[in-house]
Amino acid sequence: MTAEERLHPGLNLHHTDPHAHAAAVGPLFGFWLFLMSDAIIFALLFATYGVLLHGTAGGPGPEGVFHIGSIAIQTALLLASSFTFGMASLSMKYGRGTGKLFGWLAVTLMLGLGFLGMELHDFTTMIAAGAGPDRSGFLSAFFALVATHGLHVLSGSVWLVVMIAQIKVFGLDLRVKTNLMRLGLFWHFLDIIWVGIFSVVYLHGLIG
Amino acid sequence: MTTLQKKGRIMTETHDLWHLLLGNLSLDALPTYSMVAMAGAAMVVLGVLSVLGLITYLRKWGYMWTEWFTSVDHKRIGIMYVALAMVMLTRGLMEGVLMRLQQADAVNAPGFLAPDHFGQIFTTHGTIMILFMAMPFLTGLINYVMPLQIGARDVAFPVLNSISLWLTTGGAGIMMVSLVLGKFSTGGWSGYPPYTEAAFQPGVGPDYWIWAVTLSSIGAMLSGINFTVTIYKHRAPGMRLMDMPLFTWTALCTSILMIFAMPPLTVATALLALDRYLGMHFFTNGMGGNMMNYANLFWLFGHPEVYILILPAFGVYSEVISVFSSKRLYGYTSLVWATMCIAVLSFTVWLHHFFTMGQDANVNAAFGIATMTIGIPTGVKVYDWLLTMYRGRVRFSVPMLFALAFLVSFVIGGMTGIILAVPPLDYMVHNTVFLIAHFHNMLIPGLLFGMIAGYQFWFPKAFGFRLNERWGRIAFVFWVAGFYVTFMPLYVLGLEGLPRRSQEAFNAGFEPLLIVAAFGALLLLSGLASLFVQLWVSVRDRDRSRVPVGDPWDGRGLEWSLPAPVPEYNFASLPQVQGRDAFMTMKEKGTAYRHPEHYESIAIPMNSALGPIVGLAGGVCAFALVWHMWWAVIAGLVVAWGAVIARSFARNTERIIPAENIAAQQGAWLQMARDARAVPRELEFTPENKGLAEVVT
Repeated sequence: MTAEERLHPGLNLHHTDPHAHAAAVGPLFGFWLFLMSDAIIFALLFATYGVLLHGTAGGPGPEGVFHIGSIAIQTALLLASSFTFGMASLSMKYGRGTGKLFGWLAVTLMLGLGFLGMELHDFTTMIAAGAGPDRSGFLSAFFALVATHGLHVLSGSVWLVVMIAQIKVFGLDLRVKTNLMRLGLFWHFLDIIWVGIFSVVYLHGLIG
Repeated sequence: MTTLQKKGRIMTETHDLWHLLLGNLSLDALPTYSMVAMAGAAMVVLGVLSVLGLITYLRKWGYMWTEWFTSVDHKRIGIMYVALAMVMLTRGLMEGVLMRLQQADAVNAPGFLAPDHFGQIFTTHGTIMILFMAMPFLTGLINYVMPLQIGARDVAFPVLNSISLWLTTGGAGIMMVSLVLGKFSTGGWSGYPPYTEAAFQPGVGPDYWIWAVTLSSIGAMLSGINFTVTIYKHRAPGMRLMDMPLFTWTALCTSILMIFAMPPLTVATALLALDRYLGMHFFTNGMGGNMMNYANLFWLFGHPEVYILILPAFGVYSEVISVFSSKRLYGYTSLVWATMCIAVLSFTVWLHHFFTMGQDANVNAAFGIATMTIGIPTGVKVYDWLLTMYRGRVRFSVPMLFALAFLVSFVIGGMTGIILAVPPLDYMVHNTVFLIAHFHNMLIPGLLFGMIAGYQFWFPKAFGFRLNERWGRIAFVFWVAGFYVTFMPLYVLGLEGLPRRSQEAFNAGFEPLLIVAAFGALLLLSGLASLFVQLWVSVRDRDRSRVPVGDPWDGRGLEWSLPAPVPEYNFASLPQVQGRDAFMTMKEKGTAYRHPEHYESIAIPMNSALGPIVGLAGGVCAFALVWHMWWAVIAGLVVAWGAVIARSFARNTERIIPAENIAAQQGAWLQMARDARAVPRELEFTPENKGLAEVVT
């Protein structure tokens, strides 16, 4: 890889749009930095979860409130959405027409919303069963960690809607391209965080 | 239904409506509990009204809005940050004076401040001095100076820069509002639960603290990202990392620390808010909560924060000592490495803030040793500065005087830090005023003197005229004497066992030294007053101290190669850099003050109202959260995010300055430089100094 191609990590536009590629250096680097600081937030929420794991205060513990079936579907939805976003990025990079790009972004959005719907359903079920965030330190930490991720997915979904609108208005101009690249990083980042949540919270919680 | 019942129902309905609109806010929120608090509130209200009145009277609203509030120029933003810092410094210092007076007055007597009010004052004093004085001050200096030092036209994300400024201002605004409406937290600047939980402080105090701190921490994190990208990606052609001026290096390290250290604070305050607002149990007593988790989260921010504060000051001292010794900086490479080492080590010592909170002796020992290790790179720096002066031609200008006072005082403070780093000794003096003396010893000569030195040093660059030397010296004497007279007695009192944050003391033996310390606090206040007098006198006499050519101190970095004040596009043409001390090299080679081969048009970002809108909406949202006005919380969030999304649809965001305008402006300035007399250093402080330095080869 040449220095020119290596301007920033992640999918780049070097071969297809050198101008946008060069212009993306600062914005993308800045966004990586933002993700690093966001990663600190998640790291600390994971740590808090670890600290409070046994603070169940006589209330339900992990095995009592997690349902692997729902979680498996959520995981599948989110991982699939990362794949579809990847396809959207490739459509953008190789100029396969805004139709395809729209399609992939819309599918990503649907998968994201599906994930959010299921997560919300799980939360309301838990709260109705007396396992709300005010029940114990453990549940507070669980809700803070998982809902922070959920809020990120929600923000990402709003961002997707904005980007779809912007492609309609502006086509694939420089800023739309840069923003789609940033949104891509954000979306994949949330996937990685989810893998952490799935392993640390759900799998570990259910295996015990 | 009887009339009485009807009346009753109407009253309840009115009350409900009131509650819907204003949440828990009512007339009870006014500070009628104490004359001092009333006076404070009156000062804020009068201050705000007189500023608003003055702008209206002078018909300057349009000017303020277009030239300042919506400006995305890093220089304007930097100046606004420093102005904010000065305002907050005034309040914070007055609170410090109140505390010293109270303690001197309250030996076996109640004094003039009630315990609850005293608690509010030490909480706001700490919060303001760290987050709303020191942070804006250093962010302002970095904003102004760093892009000029690396030959950039602006920071990487100018609009984001404006958002950072206005979020910080929103937080500062919340701090000021808290003086007028409601009581502030009494939980100290670190806000430890469970005392700050709703069970112990059900009022609005901790909520004010939480949201003010949250706004500023988000602003600081965004600034960190912005500066880091600027330094890595926007340096002038030819400038390698190891060619950057030392102030830029410290700005880089501080920015990286901001990216990593502000999120823990955001997490700590957010989780505390969840406890308080939604009844969760992160830090509560019982129900599975764990307060120690808060201590760890807070100091994961809090310790790196110390270095976020001190590193830019180290950068200022490096510049000042080198320029006023007329020598290149001694040990540049070791200074860079020392700065980096400090930045990394700052994440390994947070536990020393709570040695006494129950961990095992081995853990304490490990963190104690790590803490002492930081003394090594810091010592390297002190020797480098000393050796820079060695055989240099030292000129005792105001910034240099502050730098010298720093060198001596900081070493004393560092020594007492080593005492505190030894866990068994820490057990003896923790939570006493010994600790207060120690960190004021680090932060006043370390941070604050550095900021004042930087302000004096770069003021002519920003405004085109020098600050008055005489009043600068008077300020210097007051600040240094004030610092020693205030804080040296606290070391003794701490060793004698006076607990920190004591509203009243019960040992008559403490009284003499407390009176001395109170006197010292008045000296510090005189120091601040002298700075304001200096500003006033300097503005009045500005025609005698103009330095339009822009290099009043025979400076070394690229910022001195520009006119004073600096044009909005900074560099008429981007400089080609070879090696360190780029401008000094140009002067010595005779290549300074030359026309570039050709001029090009420059695109600069247009003003944007996004920053003020987001800051105001953020401030409204925070205020509404404090008082539980839910509609306003939602409105604030919708406006802030809506504005950001709307802005993402803006495409026409730059304006072009034509090449011929730049050529004309630059040509006039170059002509002025040719006509000016190059002054030797002896005439530095005289009206002869027009900002063209005589080159000594």
